[in-house]
Amino acid sequence: MATKEEQQAYAKKIKPIQPKPPYVLNCLKAFIIGGLICLIGQALQKFFMTFFNFSEETAGNPTVATLILLAALLTGLGVYDKIGQFAGAGSIVPVTGFANAVTSAALEHKSEGLVLGVATNLFKLAGAVIVFGAVAAYVFGMIRYIFQQVM
Amino acid sequence: MSLLGRQTWKFSNNIYLNSSGTAVGPMESEGPLGSYFDKSYNNLHCDQKNWELAERQLMEDAIDACLQKAKLKAEDINFLLAGDLLNQIVSANYTARGNGIPFLGIFGACSTSMESLALGAALVDGGYADRIIAAVSSHNATAERQFRYPTEYGGQKPDTATFTVTGAGAALVSKQVSDIKITSATVGKVVDLGIKDPFDMGSAMAPAAADTIAAHFNEMNVSPDEYDLIATGDLSGVGAPIVKMLLKEQGFDISKNHRDCGLMVYRDDQQVFAGGSGCACSAVVTYGYILDEIRKGNLKKVFMVATGALLNPVMVQQKETIPTVAHGVVLERAEGGI
Repeated sequence: MATKEEQQAYAKKIKPIQPKPPYVLNCLKAFIIGGLICLIGQALQKFFMTFFNFSEETAGNPTVATLILLAALLTGLGVYDKIGQFAGAGSIVPVTGFANAVTSAALEHKSEGLVLGVATNLFKLAGAVIVFGAVAAYVFGMIRYIFQQVM
Repeated sequence: MSLLGRQTWKFSNNIYLNSSGTAVGPMESEGPLGSYFDKSYNNLHCDQKNWELAERQLMEDAIDACLQKAKLKAEDINFLLAGDLLNQIVSANYTARGNGIPFLGIFGACSTSMESLALGAALVDGGYADRIIAAVSSHNATAERQFRYPTEYGGQKPDTATFTVTGAGAALVSKQVSDIKITSATVGKVVDLGIKDPFDMGSAMAPAAADTIAAHFNEMNVSPDEYDLIATGDLSGVGAPIVKMLLKEQGFDISKNHRDCGLMVYRDDQQVFAGGSGCACSAVVTYGYILDEIRKGNLKKVFMVATGALLNPVMVQQKETIPTVAHGVVLERAEGGI
């Protein structure tokens, strides 16, 4: 087993050889694709408000549902992972990324059956988002409540 | 058989590689070596219902092609030495269930190709087998599920990542004279220089490859010029320059005759990040292309070193580093053979 010093020396030695992640370019791509997804969301919201008499607030639900449906379809068609490789955080962070995480897991575990395969593994990747989402909501809810009592 | 030094076998009898078989998926068949493979599928599912069945189909195809070329049946083979990348090496187990050849399952991650060939040659040399088949398989989608994320998950991979080769390779070894000889093998030790990133296996495996290659040169008392080709399994664009650098530090210059199978199996314009990886990477390149080159006489003596990252996702999550191993086999053109 290599010592810590040997490990550090090796890491230093190979650093010039390893390709550096293009951070700036990645940020730019994430910004553009992430922005584009949000733009589509905005257009959808306007669409639901104009043609289906939703208010600005209530249009949110059908908008999100449509985006999720689109992302799930693109995942099933084998396109979303290619978008993801290009856009990185740009396509992971929006709700479409969540939909992709759930759908891709469902597809992957289809061969193990509906209950033990799909249902058990559906939130394998997205589960962490739900856990931390719920925990964060609870914590911030408490903070807000305390502030309201104090103020 | 004789042992040279600590870890190199020099086969004392004439051990021959009689035939080989390869099967690949769509990306590999479109690659520069596409025409060298025995069976190619135009779909990643290989006409099967799921990915695991697809990988098993590839291994069965490779073994069938190998047997067919040697005009033998499964009953003529003493032992099947096989492995793959999946948990409990399921592709190998189920393939062995199908063909009924007495089975030794082995796991050395992507080094399994040469591990199985070296062990098989040793069994034949020692008189413990007349004929063995060494076989390995890997599949891009089964490996993604086993080691990374669901196939369609849209996570971004860095440029150091590798792309698991979908394919399988099998080789038949016996004392029956043929045009390719297996003359020696060097068994590698597990090396770990602290790389933790499962998306940078080239950096993790290069020290293991360098260790095995250096040990081979020292124990065989040969220089790198002895070989027309020193091939590594799947170090990719990141690991290939590192192994050359590490060996140069030890006084071995392999820059002229080194090639990496991970960089040979795909075209530059195919989207495979740093290059190909997986058991099948070294197997299909060796059993498809390199053997053909030896037969044609374009290569006379090849040292094939298969590199394996002994990666386990649970260990990585527990902040362990990635141990790696490399095993090398020397393949020679048999002068005076058929």
